Amino acid sequence: MSFILNPELWTLTVAISVPLIYAALGGMFSERGGVINIAMEGMMLTGAFVAVVFAYATHNAWLGLAAGVASGAGMALLFSWAALTLTADQVVVGMSINLLALGLTGYLLDAFYGYNGTPISTPSLPTVHLPVLAGIPVLGPALAQENILTYLLLPTVLFAQFALFRTRWGLRLRAMGEKPEAGRSAGLGVRRYRLSGILLSGMLSGVAGAYLSIGVLNSFNVDMTAGRGYIALAAMIFGNWRPRGVVMAALIFGFLSAASIQLQGSVIPPDVVLMVPYLLTVVAVAGIVGRTTPPASDGVPYHEESI
Amino acid sequence: MKEAATRWGRLWPWFKPVVTVALALILSGLVGQLTGYPAVAVMSALWAGSVGNVSNFASTLVIFVPLVLMALGIALAFRGGLFNIGAQGQYWLGAIAAAWVGAWGGVWPPGLHLVAVLLAAVAAGGLYALVPGLLKAYRGAHEVITTMMLSYAAVEFGHYLIEKGPMMLPGSIPESPPIAASATLPILVPTTELSAGLFVALAGVGLVAWLIFRTRLGFEIAMLGKNPEATRLAGVSVRYLTVASLVIAGMLAGLAGGLQISGVSHQLFDSFANQYGYTAIVVALLARNNPWGIVPSAFLFAALQSGSGYMQMNANIPAQMAYVIQGIIVFMVAADRLFEWLGKRAQGRVPRRMPPAISREGGV
Repeated sequence: MSFILNPELWTLTVAISVPLIYAALGGMFSERGGVINIAMEGMMLTGAFVAVVFAYATHNAWLGLAAGVASGAGMALLFSWAALTLTADQVVVGMSINLLALGLTGYLLDAFYGYNGTPISTPSLPTVHLPVLAGIPVLGPALAQENILTYLLLPTVLFAQFALFRTRWGLRLRAMGEKPEAGRSAGLGVRRYRLSGILLSGMLSGVAGAYLSIGVLNSFNVDMTAGRGYIALAAMIFGNWRPRGVVMAALIFGFLSAASIQLQGSVIPPDVVLMVPYLLTVVAVAGIVGRTTPPASDGVPYHEESI
Repeated sequence: MKEAATRWGRLWPWFKPVVTVALALILSGLVGQLTGYPAVAVMSALWAGSVGNVSNFASTLVIFVPLVLMALGIALAFRGGLFNIGAQGQYWLGAIAAAWVGAWGGVWPPGLHLVAVLLAAVAAGGLYALVPGLLKAYRGAHEVITTMMLSYAAVEFGHYLIEKGPMMLPGSIPESPPIAASATLPILVPTTELSAGLFVALAGVGLVAWLIFRTRLGFEIAMLGKNPEATRLAGVSVRYLTVASLVIAGMLAGLAGGLQISGVSHQLFDSFANQYGYTAIVVALLARNNPWGIVPSAFLFAALQSGSGYMQMNANIPAQMAYVIQGIIVFMVAADRLFEWLGKRAQGRVPRRMPPAISREGGV
């Protein structure tokens, strides 16, 4: 009981869930448009690194964030060129983006800053204090004093829900993920809509990466994302490709990660707790408890010639 | 002229991987050059670190062994249209089983302990791949997602075993007890880690090539990959083939893990696996799922891996360069139509430069 009531657990849960939610929401846009995106890991990593580079160079964390988002979009452009223009296998392209990001960020970190790593004078994004919320028991500390990106999450989730289900663009994007031929015969450009989904994914992954590097910290290290992009992918699947589900799944996974950290030194082995998100996702995909349904054309390259 | 062109067309698929690798090396050399590390220094350090002397050559071959075996499994499943992205987890499971059986004490008849270790590894890897196989065959669960998630779960499970679980060796470093001498593979080159596992890997190449090109199962797996509907109509069980190809892939990855334990690391610890399971995917992709092609492909990536460590230590060039090269290679392999696209681009430019009259004449 005291474990659950420990405010530290909830502060950690929020800190771990925030980047997962940003990245998973992005991935949702990409996959709703019919493009399997396992490249969130690489896009996050790129965003995290570029955000630090620019935040330090310009002495402005906001410019760092903007550059991080732009770099995520840049990776997304590379991804879409291969996946859409060259109709390459989306899983393989995603892998190559992850490898490239891991290599380039690690390599450039060393080339730019040497063994000392990123400079300690790198600015980070501001923390916002909301004393009103501090009075809430247990959850108070987790809600009252957070990075600005945490508070920006709420409008982002609402935007995602609205854009996907209440706009013409969202309807068309989903059509491209279910039956692109239908979209094409309605006179819409399949590639254009899919590109917009991937670009959103890249930008939101960039935000997630910037949160890791200049949000909670002000530094970057090799392989900083450490598989968070894959957990975000799992959260997106477990959340059944819907904004609310994605947020819930990311919070559950974030809670489990936080719990595993808090459980260090206790009877319950933390590594076993860390296995749970992965196993839950397998169970969800297998439809053993409530089947998840991916977009029908998720991962199927669209060939213009086939019409 | 025309004859020469068709001959070139026939040779091109064999030539393409070479061009891909060359382009990747040039591009990454460029990255080095732009960031203050001369391309020549990068390449010569990679060369020296991978094949420069006997000991470096041996360490390249040490990495070659798991890469070959896992890539063979991935390639086989790929031929059946199944993307086994979780070889890393199957490899861990194989290693866990090997480390467990290997640590059994007692007196064994010569060779039997080693055989038991490797069989346990094969069985563990195969069983772990059985799960995504069955889920794909009976529930339609996408194997990319299931194998990936199971792979991460397996690594966490391994960490648990050596950090807090039943395979923990008391002490500050998370590791399992070392295996018995009767469970180790003989070392081929003294003072290196190169073990007789090399012969197992090479035998695996022959075996998988035979399976793919000479057996009914191999033929049916290829058929499944080309056209699942036709396979079903031909009366072949798609479910059986799906499960079989993933299980064989898992067995090969498990064997790789077993050889790593009995031949190289002799115990489980966090970093024993490196990222071989993921690199093996790249190996299979570059080889275009051809078992013979996997030999040079695995050698190349093994050389990159061992060369990059040397490069970091001796030339102070960041080892992450190896991932950059890998990434570029995978990107170009994925973007198979890149060359076609470039060709079209080149052709497309010609009419644009032509005077309008001629192009109008060419049209309509």
